[in-house]
Amino acid sequence: MTIAPPAADERVAARSSFRKLLGRPEIGALIGAIVLFVFFSLVADAFLRASSFSTVLYSSASMGIMAVSVSLLMIGGEFDLSAGVMVTSSALIASMFSYELTLNVWVGVVVSLVVTLALGFLNGLLYVRTGLPSFIVTLGTFFMLAGLNLGFTKLITHNVATPSIEDMDGFSQARAVFARDFTIGGVQVNISVLWWIVFVAIATWLLLRTRSGNWIFAVGGSAASARAVGVPVTRTKIALFMGVSFTAWFYGMHILFNFKSVQSGEGVGNEFFYIICAVVGGCLLTGGYGSAIGAAIGAFIWGMTSNGIVYAEWNPDWFKFFLGAMLLAATVVNLVVRRRAEAGK
Amino acid sequence: MSTTEEAPLVRLEGVGKRYGNIIALRDIDLEVGASEITCVLGDNGAGKSTLIKIVAGLHRHDEGVFRVEGEKVSFGSPREALERGIATVYQDLAVVPLMPVWRNFFLGSEKRTGAGPFKRLDIPFMRSTAKRELLDMGIDLRDVDQPIGTLSGGERQCVAIARAVYFGAKVLILDEPTAALGVKQAGVVLRYIAQARERGLGVIFISHNPHHAYPVGDRFLLLKRGRTLGYHTKEDISLAELTAEMAGGAELEELAHELESAGVQGAPELREDARDLGVSD
Ligand SMILES: Nc1ncnc2c1ncn2[C@@H]1O[C@H](COP(=O)(O)OP(=O)(O)O)[C@@H](O)[C@H]1O
Ligand SMILES: [Mg+2]
Repeated sequence: MTIAPPAADERVAARSSFRKLLGRPEIGALIGAIVLFVFFSLVADAFLRASSFSTVLYSSASMGIMAVSVSLLMIGGEFDLSAGVMVTSSALIASMFSYELTLNVWVGVVVSLVVTLALGFLNGLLYVRTGLPSFIVTLGTFFMLAGLNLGFTKLITHNVATPSIEDMDGFSQARAVFARDFTIGGVQVNISVLWWIVFVAIATWLLLRTRSGNWIFAVGGSAASARAVGVPVTRTKIALFMGVSFTAWFYGMHILFNFKSVQSGEGVGNEFFYIICAVVGGCLLTGGYGSAIGAAIGAFIWGMTSNGIVYAEWNPDWFKFFLGAMLLAATVVNLVVRRRAEAGK
Repeated sequence: MSTTEEAPLVRLEGVGKRYGNIIALRDIDLEVGASEITCVLGDNGAGKSTLIKIVAGLHRHDEGVFRVEGEKVSFGSPREALERGIATVYQDLAVVPLMPVWRNFFLGSEKRTGAGPFKRLDIPFMRSTAKRELLDMGIDLRDVDQPIGTLSGGERQCVAIARAVYFGAKVLILDEPTAALGVKQAGVVLRYIAQARERGLGVIFISHNPHHAYPVGDRFLLLKRGRTLGYHTKEDISLAELTAEMAGGAELEELAHELESAGVQGAPELREDARDLGVSD
């Protein structure tokens, strides 16, 4: 089948591919990433070493995997403040279930997947049933999960961390899937980096090339309008919360098989880092606009900055200041973008 | 009119609707046929939205008969109405502002290609179709990739109308499409409403502005406090009469009559006013 390209309109001529590029949500983040890369290359000699690059990539992936689904959720107009502790919950469930019942670790992995997806479903269901802002609903589930993580872990293991599962059945295969290191062209890369790239690619395809992606933009941009034309709004929103729980499970498995033992108090605060990655990457806090690639660039900026400060031998205490300033700058840029898109002519 | 007794697309006979003990509508007649525009006029709270919500499938009527192409119906959801070819464009719910024009055009009815996990949007088809359909309606957009929020309010309404036409609507319900628009933009929207009629659609056009309704309408239903104040075809009412009736001219005259019989001074002047408004002669 061939489709004749629509006849060129002389008024479009001005809208060159360069202008189009400038209209993309991730463009601000891309420019920011290049500037930061050049900056750290100049001020920190260690920054350009291959080993540094692999560290930066690994940190980026540690935020980026969650930032993928968090950005989709934000485009769909919602927040999930329980995303950080849910990663820990997921790792704790898999670890304790396998260890306490002395089962193959894969049993724990599957049980954890089911329970974590159910947690995402619950977040979504609470949101659509109560009609409360997702910010409030997930603030509640955030504290509940944080409490359960500590409570159950102490109750079961009499410790704040789980015992190592290194010598259990299935550990080495699971580690190969979730946490193996290997080298590409002399650079050591953790498999989580590859998974991150795969997730970003899938999410991008989903957003831009599928009906589901259309619905995600629509429910975030104007849920009432979307409903009026027949988009299943509640189903889409619940699926987005479940997407977050899916990556929480995945990243939880990485943590479990990378570190063998899980700290039950971990994860608190990370939900904000995921949101920062998404917003720096061009997602609007109000929904309906953003991209998964942008969130990936946001995570890469996170990875470069958090490590670059160390390589530059500065006090890492400054990092959070940087992060906050970047969030503000990105939000202002996004606001301008939105004003232009909505009211401009 | 056709010689065969063809049933109108939509016909209401003595329709009533209550919200609890509030009577929102009482004994309303209305009809719209193919290639006809029926205007529903009235002040805020008159029951215009309630009336179209019955036709659009958002509410069920409590009394009277609602027929679509001669068949008695009572819709439980907007989907049921849509399946019978009744599409509604709500003023503030027409589009998602940040999404491109072509995505808005196909939202909820996306065209897809491929199979299984690789089922994807048929983007070239949707882009070119949106562009062509809008052009057919006389809307010449530079770029269907621009966010629909960058269009003027009138153009946005037009895209929503074009979309309903493309997806096979037989009856188009427009809830105050010109209310928030300037004179020029309202004119553009009115032109597309007339165009929809030329394409054979029946249109129910809600407005509280007789100057917008009169030029395009074939029938006019005036509502007041849930009752019919008047139901006219274009031949038997002028714009001045329509305006006067809406402004409450008939009431004004009634009041003058009452005051006169009570011997109140100034009543003749009131009667003059009513005459100027074109109600009585
Ligand atoms: N869902 C509802 N519940 C109770 N009363 C309603 C509801 N919707 C409308 N009404 C009442 O019905 C009357 C007609 O309202 P509406 O149809 O919205 O009028 P209009 O669209 O002409 O302004 C008003 O008195 C309004 O308060
Ligand atoms: Mg109304």
